[in-house]
Formats: sequence, C-alpha cells, structure tokens
Amino acid sequence: MYPALLVDVAIFVLSLWVGFEVISKVPATLHTPLMSAANSIHGIVLAGAMLIAVTAHDAVGYVIAFFAAASAAANVVGGYVVTGRMLKMFRRRPISAESVASNGSSLNGHRDTGHEA
Amino acid sequence: MSDFAWTIQVIYLLAASSFVFGLHLMNTPATARRGNQASTIGMVVAIAATLAIIVHDDLISTTGWIVMIAGALVGSALGLYSARNVQMTAMPQLVSMFNAVGGGAAALVGIHDYMTAGAAVSATTSVTTLLDVIIGGVTFSGSIVAAGKLQGLITSAPVTFPGARVVNLLLAAVGVGLGAYLITSPSTALLAIVIVAALVFGVSMVMPIGGADMPVVISLLNAFTGTAVAMAGFVIGNWAMIIAGALVGASGGILTKLMADAMNRSIRNIMLGGFGTGDAAAAVAGGPGGDVKAIAADDAAIQLAYASKVIIVPGYGLAAAQAQHEVAALAELLESRGVEVSYAIHPVAGRMPGHMNVLLAEANVPYPQLKEMDEINPEFARADVALVIGANDVTNPAARRPGTAISGMPILDVDQAHSIIVVKRSMGHGYAGIDNELYVDPKTSMYFADAKKALTQLAAAVKTLVG
Repeated sequence: MYPALLVDVAIFVLSLWVGFEVISKVPATLHTPLMSAANSIHGIVLAGAMLIAVTAHDAVGYVIAFFAAASAAANVVGGYVVTGRMLKMFRRRPISAESVASNGSSLNGHRDTGHEA
Repeated sequence: MSDFAWTIQVIYLLAASSFVFGLHLMNTPATARRGNQASTIGMVVAIAATLAIIVHDDLISTTGWIVMIAGALVGSALGLYSARNVQMTAMPQLVSMFNAVGGGAAALVGIHDYMTAGAAVSATTSVTTLLDVIIGGVTFSGSIVAAGKLQGLITSAPVTFPGARVVNLLLAAVGVGLGAYLITSPSTALLAIVIVAALVFGVSMVMPIGGADMPVVISLLNAFTGTAVAMAGFVIGNWAMIIAGALVGASGGILTKLMADAMNRSIRNIMLGGFGTGDAAAAVAGGPGGDVKAIAADDAAIQLAYASKVIIVPGYGLAAAQAQHEVAALAELLESRGVEVSYAIHPVAGRMPGHMNVLLAEANVPYPQLKEMDEINPEFARADVALVIGANDVTNPAARRPGTAISGMPILDVDQAHSIIVVKRSMGHGYAGIDNELYVDPKTSMYFADAKKALTQLAAAVKTLVG
C-alpha cells in the first residue's frame, strides 16, 4: 500500500478533529477575528509556493511560481496584520479614563478571568 | 532520513503546534492577541524552515530565486496595504479576497506539480493534486464573486436563470469526470479544461446566493480554502500545510454550521439559492398587518434618558449605514446619565460571523457590554427600553410559532422589554420576506430613519432635553 499517504491522511483527519475541538470553544464575539486568523493560517501555502519555484524550469513554471508566491504572501501578511488590527480594538473598558464606575462592575466580569493583554 | 530533514520536520511540527495553540488562545478576548502572536511566530518559523530547505538542497535556479522573492515582495506589499487600510465594515470583502488568493495559490501549487511530474505521477498523488486544483479553483473564483457582491460591484440580489442548476450539474460532472480520467491518463490540455470548469463553477455557485446569506458563504469558502491548502500539502508532502489546512477546514466548517443554524437555513437550501435577497428586500415597502406607532426623536430620547436599563439590538442595517460610532456615542451619553447599557448581538448580525462585535469594538465599545444571544435573552424582561437598530427577522416573535418562514430560528426576546423603539428606514421586510410582528406590538414605537441619522438625532435630543 502507500504508508506515506496513510500517515498524511491520519495527520489530516486528526488535525480536523483538533480543529473542531479548539474552534468550538471560541465565543461568537471573536468569530470574525477567528475567521481572519484561520485565513492567515492557510497562508502556509506560501511554503508550497516557495517550493514550486525550485522545480520551475521554464517560462510557464516561473509565471505560475510568481503568482503563487505573490498570492500566498498577500494572504499570509495581510491576514496576520488585519487580525492583529482587529484584536487590538477589543477592550474591556473604553480608553477614556472618565468612564462611569458602574461600567466595570459585577455584570461584566464573568466571561473572562484573564488580564488585559 | 538525514539530520537536516529530521530537523526540518520537527520545526514544521512546532509551527503547526503554534497554530493550534494560537487558535486555542482565541477562546477569550483577553488572550486572543497573544494567540495571534503565537500563530505569527509559528508562521515565520515555518517559512524560515522552507527557505532553509531551498538553500540546503540548492536545486533552485537563479531565475527561480528572483521569481520567488519578487512574488513574495509584491504579494506582501499588497497584503500589508490592504490590511492596514481596510475599513472595518469592509472586513468581509477582505477576508473573502484573502480566501481567493489562498485558494488560488493552492491550486497553482497543484497545477505546477501536475505539469512537472507529468506521466511519472502516481495515481494517489494525482487524486490529491486534482482535488487541490478543483477545490482551489472553485474557491478562487467563488471568493472573488462573493467579495464583489459584498463590495456592491456585483448585485447582491440572487442572480439566476432557467436551467442554472443543470449548468452547475454539468460543470460538476465535467470537473469530476475529467478529473477521474486524468488520474490514470495525465494530460495537460485536459487539466486546463478541468481548471476552467472549476473556475466557472465557483462563479455559478455564488452568483445565485443573496447578500444576506453571505456570512454562510464566506465561512464555507474559508473551509474550502483550508481543504485546498491541505490537499496541496498532500501533493508536495508538507505536514505543516496538511495540519494548517485541516485546522482552517474545520474552523470554516463549524462556522458555516453555526451561521446556517442561526439563520434557520440548511446549507443545502442556501447553496441552491434564490432566497436571501439582502439589501434589495429592505428597500421594498411592505404593508403592515396592524397599527404601527411612529415616534419622534424627542419622545424617543426622553424614554431612553429616563430608563434605568437599555438594551441596544444592532443589526445588518447598522452595519450597512456604518453607524457604529454613532451608536457608541449615544450609549456613552446614556451611561454618563447612569443608564445601564448593553448590546444584544445575534450570531448573524452584520455581514460575517461576529462582524457586529468587531464594528462595535472599533467604535470603542468595551467587549463585556456585548452580550451573546443566550446571555442577554433573560435580561430583556428587566429592560426599560430595547433599542432595535436595523435588525429585523432576528427580533420577530413569529419565529416562536410553527408555520412561518422563520419558525424555529433563534431570536432575541426583544418583545419582553417594557418598551421597544425600532430604528428602521421603512416598513420593508428582512430577507425572510415576512411581516415583523414586533412592529405592531402596542409596546413598540417605530422611528423611521437611516440608522446613522437617527442615532445622531437621538443623541442630540438627549443632550438638549435633559443635558
């Protein structure tokens, strides 16, 4: 049979399950940043795009390698930057210090126990 | 296996682990930024390891280097520019475009591999290659159409024609049939036909889907891209790509399911299309089934200013009017008068999953004030005023009865509030195309105006009346 392929398939299937587990726990509040983060993670295709530049040896190959590298790089760089930009806006309190005292009280604190990043 | 190859595989594994860890940290807003940083570090490491392979093997031509670096620089610049300058309301389009380029890159990897391997390719490799090319191609063109619809470059109304379904079936048959044939008898010319079929299928798949269904479509395309990248990983035997692709596929799959459930639609029903008409339907005036009470800015402002608890229900209309800053300003004004303000966020508010939260976060609304549906629903009974802004079907009590277009759809219990003010442009329908019973409720007052204008007027009225 194809042991290497079987290993790859096993990795794929197990990663799917890990993905389901991890992502099911993300609250709806963060679904847009989550999707954007997932988007940047599939930018790993840049690794593939780089590797095809190695095996390209004619004009068609080079054109394909160029567009693959450009698309993948746009995906990965843009994805991480825009996710970071979005997450930076999520704040527990408004920036202005004069926010009302009642605002940060008992009602608000139960979803997350962590500290401000 | 050489020491070098071992080291590279271990590094790829570490990178993949950091992607999982990064996604895990996204389960609270407080740690989400660290999650993105962890994921970024993993990505940098994976790319560095790939560079190390290329340098170590030393099989790349000078032209290959130039092409690779030039491509990466051009792409990075484009990605950076669009990420820095995008408006938060345009986020769904941008995510869709990143989907397009990611899927496109994955398809190109498959195409290149198929062309260089030629007849030497084994049957198992061709299966993954063809899946990669087909899924990647469909994602590429489908995502571009979705982005075009969201940007308003393509009409957001469903575009369909008689026999469209037959054409789609034919395209799918051509793609799958030729693809299966190509597994045993490689041919570059036939591969080109498969690519074209995949691209056309992507367009014809998304065109009939209405603007209001876009949250589901974007999630689905995200899952497609992930799968295409995983397939590309199979093709070139790269673990990091398989794991990352599978993670994204899972995330897209879950979000698609969540969105479809929150809209009370089956995924099949959405993909077959012709139902979600989005913006177009909102402009159509419908006859109310009972007496509707209109309200002026001053009266609404007094109700809000003297309430002790106000729940704001923002919807698609607020996102479309880009009124997130105005709503935040009004809320801040009310809070400064001691009114307790929170936001009720329906899962499909906005144009992509969780979009409303990002818009309000941009307007500097603290995230603990943003309540998810299950959390806020019991609180409506204690609210003096529910202020509904551009949300329609998700507030319609008809969903609790069987036999309506939205029966069974999870809704916000807005009708439980003591009084309700609805800001809306007209009595038009939401995408479900039915009357909203909330609007004829005796407790409800309608404030007919564009969300942005209405909120500015309300804030001004609160200031002058009770300043």
